[in-house]
Amino acid sequence: MASNKKYWKSEAELNPNDSIVETLRQNEFVEEIPVDEFLGNKDTLSATSTNRRDFLKYVGFSTAAASLAACEGPVKKSIPYVVQPERIVPGVANYYATTIANGFDFASILVKTREGRPIKIENNTDAKVGGSANARVQASVLSLYDSTRLQGPLLNGEAVEWDALDNAVQGRLNLLKGSGKQIALLTQTYASPSTSRLIAEFKEAYGNVNHVTYDAISEDAALNAFEAKYNERALADYHLEKAEVIVSFSADFLADWQGGGYDKGYAKGRVPHEGKMSRHIQFESNMSLTGANADKRVPLTPTQQKIALAKLYGKLNNSNVSGDLPENVEMALESAAAEIRKAGNKAVVLTGLDDENAQTAVLAINELLGSLAMDVEAPRYTRAGDTKAVNQLIADMKAGRVGALIMDGVNPAYTLPNAADFAEGIGKVDLSVAFTFNTNETSELAQFAAASSHYLESWGDAQIKKGHYSLTQPTIKELVDTRQFQSALLKWMGNDKTYYDYIQETWNTFVLNGADWNQALHDGVFSAAVAEESEVLAQTADADDAGEGTEATIAPIASAINSLANASSGGMELVLYSKVGMGDGQQASNPWLQEFPDPITRVSWDNYVTVSKADAATLNLVNENVANGGLDGSYVKLTVNGVSVDKVPVIIQPGQAPGTVGLSFGYGKKVGMKQEMQTGVNAFALYQNFSNIQSVSLEQSSGMHEFACVQLHKTLMGRGDIIKETTLEIFNTKDAHDWNKVPEVSLNHQEVPATSVDLWDSFDRSIGHHFNMSIDLNACTGCGACVIACHAENNVPVVGKEEVRRSRDMHWLRIDRYYSSEDTFESDNAKKDAFDGLSGDKGSLGGFGQLEDPALNPQVAFQPVMCQHCNHAPCETVCPVAATSHGRQGQNQMAYNRCVGTRYCANNCPYKVRRFNWFLYSDNDEFDYNMNNNLGKMVINPDVNVRSRGVMEKCSMCIQKTQKTILDAKREGRTIKDGEFQTACSSACGTGAIVFGDVNDHESEVAHLKENDRMYHLLESVGTRPNVFYHVKVRNTDEA
Amino acid sequence: MKQVPYRNRISKILGTSVLAFLLFSTFLHAQDDAAAQETGTATAETAEASGGDVAKGKSLFNQNCAACHSLNRKMTGPALANVESRLAADEGLDREWLYTWIKNSPGMIKAGDAYAVKIYAEYNQAAMTAFPTLSNTDIDDILAYTAAPPPVPVAATATAATDAAGGGGVSGISNEIILGALALVFMLLVMMLILVNRTLRRIAEANGVLLEKDKAEKGLPIWKAFAKNQFLVLVTAIFLLLASGYFAYGWMMQLGIDQGYAPIQPIHYSHKIHAGDNQIECKYCHSSARVSKHSGIPSLNVCMNCHKSIYEYTGNAEGPSPEDLANGYTNEFYTGEIKKLYQAVGWDEENQKYTGDTQPVEWVRIHNLPDFAYFNHSQHVTVAGIECQTCHGPVEEMEIMYQYAPLTMGWCVNCHRETNVDVAGNEYYAKIHEELSKKYGVDQLTAAQMGGLECGKCHY
Repeated sequence: MASNKKYWKSEAELNPNDSIVETLRQNEFVEEIPVDEFLGNKDTLSATSTNRRDFLKYVGFSTAAASLAACEGPVKKSIPYVVQPERIVPGVANYYATTIANGFDFASILVKTREGRPIKIENNTDAKVGGSANARVQASVLSLYDSTRLQGPLLNGEAVEWDALDNAVQGRLNLLKGSGKQIALLTQTYASPSTSRLIAEFKEAYGNVNHVTYDAISEDAALNAFEAKYNERALADYHLEKAEVIVSFSADFLADWQGGGYDKGYAKGRVPHEGKMSRHIQFESNMSLTGANADKRVPLTPTQQKIALAKLYGKLNNSNVSGDLPENVEMALESAAAEIRKAGNKAVVLTGLDDENAQTAVLAINELLGSLAMDVEAPRYTRAGDTKAVNQLIADMKAGRVGALIMDGVNPAYTLPNAADFAEGIGKVDLSVAFTFNTNETSELAQFAAASSHYLESWGDAQIKKGHYSLTQPTIKELVDTRQFQSALLKWMGNDKTYYDYIQETWNTFVLNGADWNQALHDGVFSAAVAEESEVLAQTADADDAGEGTEATIAPIASAINSLANASSGGMELVLYSKVGMGDGQQASNPWLQEFPDPITRVSWDNYVTVSKADAATLNLVNENVANGGLDGSYVKLTVNGVSVDKVPVIIQPGQAPGTVGLSFGYGKKVGMKQEMQTGVNAFALYQNFSNIQSVSLEQSSGMHEFACVQLHKTLMGRGDIIKETTLEIFNTKDAHDWNKVPEVSLNHQEVPATSVDLWDSFDRSIGHHFNMSIDLNACTGCGACVIACHAENNVPVVGKEEVRRSRDMHWLRIDRYYSSEDTFESDNAKKDAFDGLSGDKGSLGGFGQLEDPALNPQVAFQPVMCQHCNHAPCETVCPVAATSHGRQGQNQMAYNRCVGTRYCANNCPYKVRRFNWFLYSDNDEFDYNMNNNLGKMVINPDVNVRSRGVMEKCSMCIQKTQKTILDAKREGRTIKDGEFQTACSSACGTGAIVFGDVNDHESEVAHLKENDRMYHLLESVGTRPNVFYHVKVRNTDEA
Repeated sequence: MKQVPYRNRISKILGTSVLAFLLFSTFLHAQDDAAAQETGTATAETAEASGGDVAKGKSLFNQNCAACHSLNRKMTGPALANVESRLAADEGLDREWLYTWIKNSPGMIKAGDAYAVKIYAEYNQAAMTAFPTLSNTDIDDILAYTAAPPPVPVAATATAATDAAGGGGVSGISNEIILGALALVFMLLVMMLILVNRTLRRIAEANGVLLEKDKAEKGLPIWKAFAKNQFLVLVTAIFLLLASGYFAYGWMMQLGIDQGYAPIQPIHYSHKIHAGDNQIECKYCHSSARVSKHSGIPSLNVCMNCHKSIYEYTGNAEGPSPEDLANGYTNEFYTGEIKKLYQAVGWDEENQKYTGDTQPVEWVRIHNLPDFAYFNHSQHVTVAGIECQTCHGPVEEMEIMYQYAPLTMGWCVNCHRETNVDVAGNEYYAKIHEELSKKYGVDQLTAAQMGGLECGKCHY
């Protein structure tokens, strides 16, 4: 029966006479349809020649045409060389030895080129000094292909020819010759024998030349202290592998302290060998990479550090030094002194305090100890900046005493704390030329912006350490109309020689001493016998002779100690530092480095002020995780001496000494940068008097900052089987079962070792190659060079800050950083094991909550994690399309073209190493990083696929590299030697923490490492049988 | 008997035409033979007229001189046609001078002979190789060859071409004629049958005979009967669906497979002439196939290794085939393509030097492997020792290069399954081969057993 019910939408419908109801019933759309404007207008409609049928015809035709056109395959062109260069075979990589010396980073490296394009930086293992590339050097190859590069010289922002620039400069220089005004050269530290010689010749030619060396981040205090003591403006070198006790006061020697490069020697001493390893005690304010690796870390303010250093000197010198220190510091100092005394000449003290007295004290202490680790005979030349000279130059400029200012490798308008003075001064200079790579703050002020070549396009040389020379050779022709500073200088001096000839002449005359130039160029490095005094530097060094006798040194040290002991401060202390990812900010436009997560805070795309938990509570500053998982932080306004920087985001940093805050250099660059790259705030504004220690006041600002932080959990929560660690004492005295326990699982209600239970049948992997990777947690410093190397080798895309914040970062290799919640990881484990019941004192409910919180001064552990290439891989069993499968050689393989993007594999991966391509990151208008412009694409490795949207990707254990090694051997009909198999990360690892190889070759290093007692697998209880294994971290807690 | 119209006439016409056609074709044959004979005589006469041991001189010239000299054209060295008489007339130099020069030209230059020095300076100071091994008689022979009236290349080619066209045509046309005649005969038979049928029918009609067909009942039309039989409809529908599915699958599986893809290239490069006629080893030009993943398109300087001397195409011994001619592949055409090379590489033929004005050649890539598939030539060419032809087909017969293999994954995988790895004498394989062959219980391991089917070996 039909129902008579009436359904109504509005009350009005009930009234049959309602006009609205009637109107609405007739109109499907309540709103006026805009089509009527056209269709309703009879005139326009009749005026158009297109009727409905025509319209349909057009639609039909265009659809058919489009689909037909789509059927045709694209025609691809192949364009061979007209004359093929002799050494280039398409498809085969060439390697060239060269050197980076950009004023901040100095390293001897190998450059991999494909078809003439540099695509990757490798370590030069032949180099005795500076042979390992850090993250920035690894990334420097991408800066070569920076799309924001200056395309040619500019005059007041307008493009000009080099001739015009040459004429203007030469004309002005000739005018200035013999006039009262000075010609100033403001340059980076070159440490280059040829450049020194060239500048000396330039001085000779023009007379009134003032060469000022300027380091953005100054080591002036250390240089002055060394110069006063040893009459040479250089830095003492340290052989940390010879040290048994390393005591450091704020020296971040695993990062950029005094030019960096100390990690290799340090790591050598850190791996327990015959029951011994070095002991490292760190006194510092910020949680630095070095502090994170220390056996004992004492957080204290810079002022306290100065006092502590003075007291340490007193203790070792048996003199009485007064000064107030907290009791725990006093105790730590006492035990440190005892350990130093015990180690004798095998101890070394280092400091990164920007204070001449502190530097003097350290040199005196090491001298006193007769430290074998300190090398003053052959010092380093990686920094030479002279802040007094810089200040004098600015004063001269302002006074109008400078006729010409030529700058190279520096960006004073950005890096000077008194940039305004500089800007004023440069206006009074008749001629200003800035050699620069991109448009920057300085090139905007200078009349001429001279486009300078990248180091991979240039010739050059360097003397990183006395007697250790290295050469820079171009690996590609200048991509754009650029020139290097030295070539320009030669040209202006009217010298027709190329800089190449000039270097060769310098080397043949002063360096090589009869050795073969071509061999030196091939090796990239040349070590002269140290005994021979390097004439070239003696001849051209800018240093004046200090002329102080040895007796005089006693007096300075006494006063130095005295003033150190009397150090005092008012209020909060700011410690400025450089991040391993950004350094002094030269490569701020490099997306790899921007996306590189800081090893300590794991924050990418930002700098921030690090505040201790106590101070944050006082100042009401917070860090919080918001609903989408992102990390937010408060803003503060920092004021130093009347100069303030506002809107600085806050990170609450465990281990930060209360009363101090930290802020990193290198960010906040604006000029000449893409919008995406303009991140962070400029800390150089607070770098007053070129001291990295400043008295600061903090004030909360409104708003919350959105961070792109890749690791939101901070602690291990007592899960000691992820990072296993033990102490040297236990390691030496107890059985491996005690400190490297195999996790147990329950089988038939009996606890059995996890390795004895398996869901799967094992395949026989004993035939052919079986690749394994070993990661030594003792040698790993967390520096991150491997992360960038992996980026470069595997075409890992940059996704940008927003995407990283959404946890969509693409790094195939990450370095997890864990803090302990109690004072040590060991007590975390003990606390967790003691949990009893849900609530109560020992309840797990509240207990786990407490464990989430890192300690005020936690222990820190780093753990590089990439795909573990499980032999029994959980990801493989869940893939519905068999896109991920296992190879006989142990690699868990990923066929991108087969993947349909279900992401089951990522869900099933216990290590969370699989990355999903949410977008097409190349050729996408939404992203503006290197893969989206033609220049940036030149860095892409042609042997590795560029993944598309909707596929899963992950570490392949560099199968392209292992396959190449195998093929080379097959072609040459030989077996493969140990060490030939490498991955990008293992070859980038300067400390030797990552070792890769074939375990079926029983003589190989990795096979031995697998047999080592310290070997364990990550999450062994899961039973995945990974091909990556770790070595238990051993801490040297032996107090003297 | 009723008159049957046209019957005789039609067969008569047909018979005559067949006869005429056959006669005419015989006539054609006769003419061809005559032409061929004529050309033969002409060639013989030219040889006799030149005098001296021209034949020996020619072979000596080709062995020793042709790398740098041509008869009518300046190359690395001067043109040598009538060199003796030219020298005698212009410089007053006799055959003795030539003996000395050929046997020891550097010596003469050193000694300061005026003309020797002049010619040395004229040709970029490239001294001529000394030929002390040539006897005076040899030189006489060479000079006799250079003195012989130069062949008229165009005429010769034309004759040869006509000759070849005629000769080649004989077999082709005769086949067609036979087939055509057969077809004609068949058609005649059919026509006759129809005519006979019609005539008989008319006779029958005239005689009032009722034909069977007209008597037949008007039954159900066949399609209606078909539609009524549901089983048949079902079977047919299933069959049609399966068939269309089969063809649709077949069609879709060939999408993106460019087997037989033979694009027109900017320079008509004939692999047939280079690899076939002239037997040039593939890897002479594609040298990177030995060491690299790419076989490499040879750079133009590789072409110039030979084409510095080979500036024109003179055809193979037999002359162009009729197909070649039909396609326009005449000697002039090929010579024109060589000129394109010169233009691209910036070679000034007149002055025998590079101008530096180059235009890189944009070849159309034929074998397009997708980016996600990794293939390495050196693995297959050097390690496995596979002939290029295995994958690229009979390249030496390809006038226009085309994609021979489908280049599908199935094709790769099949080969890996079937092909044994060449492990002989390769130390790399020694251990793994011993262990693996024991494991699989075989003497010879296939690429698949070596792990050549793993995804990650080709996709990363």
